[in-house]
Amino acid sequence: MELSSQIKTALADPDRKILLMTHIVLGYPSLETNRRVIEQMVANGVDLIEMQIPFSEPMADGPVIVKANQEAIERGITVRRCLDFAREMTATHAIPFLFMTYYNIIFKFGVEEFFREAKEIGIRGFIIPDLPPEEGEDFFAQSRRYGIAAILIYAPTSTPERMRELARYSRGFIYCAARKGVTGKQTDFDASFNDYMRTCRENTDLPLAVGFGISSKEDVDYLTGKADIAVIGTRTIKLVEEQGVAAVGPFIAGLR
Amino acid sequence: MNKPGYYGEWGGAFIPEVLYQTFCELNEAFQKAKADPAFWQEYLSLMSTYSCRPTPLTHAENLSRHFGGAQIFIKREDLNHTGAHKANNVMGQGLLVKRMGKTRVIAETGAGQHGVATATMAAKFGFACTIYMGEEDVQRQRPNVFWMEKLGSTVVPVTSGSKTLKDAINEAFRDWVTRMDDTHYVMGTVCGPHPFPEMVAWFQSIIGREACGQIKQQFGRQPSRVYACVGGGSNAMGIFQGFLDNPAVELVGVEAGGKGLDSGMHASRLAAKDGSPGVAQGYKTMFLQNSDGQMMDTHSVAAGLDYVGVSPILTDLWQQKRVRFSAATDAEVMAALDLTMKKEGIIPALESAHAFVQAFKEAGEMGRDEAIIINMSGRGDKDIFTIAHAFNDPSWKEFIKKKGIEYGA
Ligand SMILES: Cc1ncc(COP(=O)(O)O)c(C=O)c1O
Repeated sequence: MELSSQIKTALADPDRKILLMTHIVLGYPSLETNRRVIEQMVANGVDLIEMQIPFSEPMADGPVIVKANQEAIERGITVRRCLDFAREMTATHAIPFLFMTYYNIIFKFGVEEFFREAKEIGIRGFIIPDLPPEEGEDFFAQSRRYGIAAILIYAPTSTPERMRELARYSRGFIYCAARKGVTGKQTDFDASFNDYMRTCRENTDLPLAVGFGISSKEDVDYLTGKADIAVIGTRTIKLVEEQGVAAVGPFIAGLR
Repeated sequence: MNKPGYYGEWGGAFIPEVLYQTFCELNEAFQKAKADPAFWQEYLSLMSTYSCRPTPLTHAENLSRHFGGAQIFIKREDLNHTGAHKANNVMGQGLLVKRMGKTRVIAETGAGQHGVATATMAAKFGFACTIYMGEEDVQRQRPNVFWMEKLGSTVVPVTSGSKTLKDAINEAFRDWVTRMDDTHYVMGTVCGPHPFPEMVAWFQSIIGREACGQIKQQFGRQPSRVYACVGGGSNAMGIFQGFLDNPAVELVGVEAGGKGLDSGMHASRLAAKDGSPGVAQGYKTMFLQNSDGQMMDTHSVAAGLDYVGVSPILTDLWQQKRVRFSAATDAEVMAALDLTMKKEGIIPALESAHAFVQAFKEAGEMGRDEAIIINMSGRGDKDIFTIAHAFNDPSWKEFIKKKGIEYGA
């Protein structure tokens, strides 16, 4: 099933008013830890997982994810090992897996070669924060050809016209950055956020994911009814750093 | 390819969505200013009253005699306010910021020259100012950190990545995506997403416009060759633009050869074989990166040249074979610096000294009736600690030791 339809079907379940997507930095602190974290996430009801292939220049990320990218690379993660690990995950777990990375990783690999292998692995979508549609002709063509969703980002600075333009290119869902800035910092959910979500909804038929600073059950409750997917990124990375892998399951289970 | 912001296949604007609107506004403001002759007049007037434009073209008679070949002329960008060509770009962007009505500026800096220039501009125009600088560069360019802070700017040492220029650029972008409404990012070189390469090249073109007229007046003809060091490429693009349309003038860019092109410890993206096409820091160019696309650690004695990428405009000119690229090693740079000081009483910045190295290698083989121009992008005062250390200067060491004792170290 196409990713957006699959998301809409999942949301039809009255027990699933909002879906959860989590973020993993591959190779941080190790692939073995990633494996155990993903296992706990899936067992505790996570609906989608975005796996970040580390890049040395993660311009859109905040300090926690920047450090994770850097250490993963220092510890020897490679694009090849990320792909092999992804193959294992899609074979082990039934939920949709996405890749998040920066464009240079795909560009260096070869755009078409990357899509071909991602298709083979069973990756369902790509999130590339530094690739606007204006620069991604080849990328978006391959995305349609291979049927892997190119997931575009809305920002609070996007005008309604711009949102409609982005929606023409996006597939699967739209990733709404909850606020300006980089990943990691807490987001204030206030009246202007509600206006923003309303504008997002008015300018696409795709499901809406909301990320940046989502870290608690209160946040997820707040988003329920406004967004279709809550994205937990930095929080679980910090949780593993501070309390170890075993803390992930209970944390995820307590979110919804 | 005719896409705006592309030079051949290089350039573009690989920006996160949150900055899309900001770039639309910046493009519009810049194109309006560029089309307005009054803006350039305002710029010229500012540069002739606040900085020292036009900067002189100095005939280096002793060096010319020493090598016995081409007449060596030096374009004196060191005589700008704050001691480098960086002022040209910064004051231009400052005027643009005023037009856009923003109140805060941020910048990255490597050698600290761009940071100091931005700090002076912010002080003069009344903008708040934050400068991002790699922790390694904070250490090796300490005098400039002092001046930035005294000028009222906040200097933020960047500890991520390789702790040099590219990491300072990432951090400046992270600031900008958080606060674009009142803040302009004063990019320091002809790199980054469109329109920065075009904009910075336009402001720096003042160097080439002057040099082209000055050499005609002093030497009667155009030079055979023009040399410039290349970090991001702004001083090189600045002077090259005065001669680009004259195919008889050979243009030579000199990159940081560090400990040698075979050592893996250099910052030669075009002169060495180690560079490859990539997309990072918002633009497409030749980067020093591994086969996965991870940026590599670069090395140069000159902080301002210690950078993984290079201007998309220069990469295009290199591909077209319009600009020839070479590299100078750290050791060669110290020797050229020493010679220039002794023969001419001129102290080039470590960055600029790279251009001198290549010119010195070639001048002797050229005719006495030929001229060459070296773009001296900045003065060496900021490098006093690094140069004193490299010369292992005994009286300087003694002085530092005494100061240490005075401060209770
Ligand atoms: C004196 C001087 N020359 C050259 C450079 C290199 O920059 P670019 O290649 O943009 O001229 C710098 C950069 O900090 C500098 O301070």
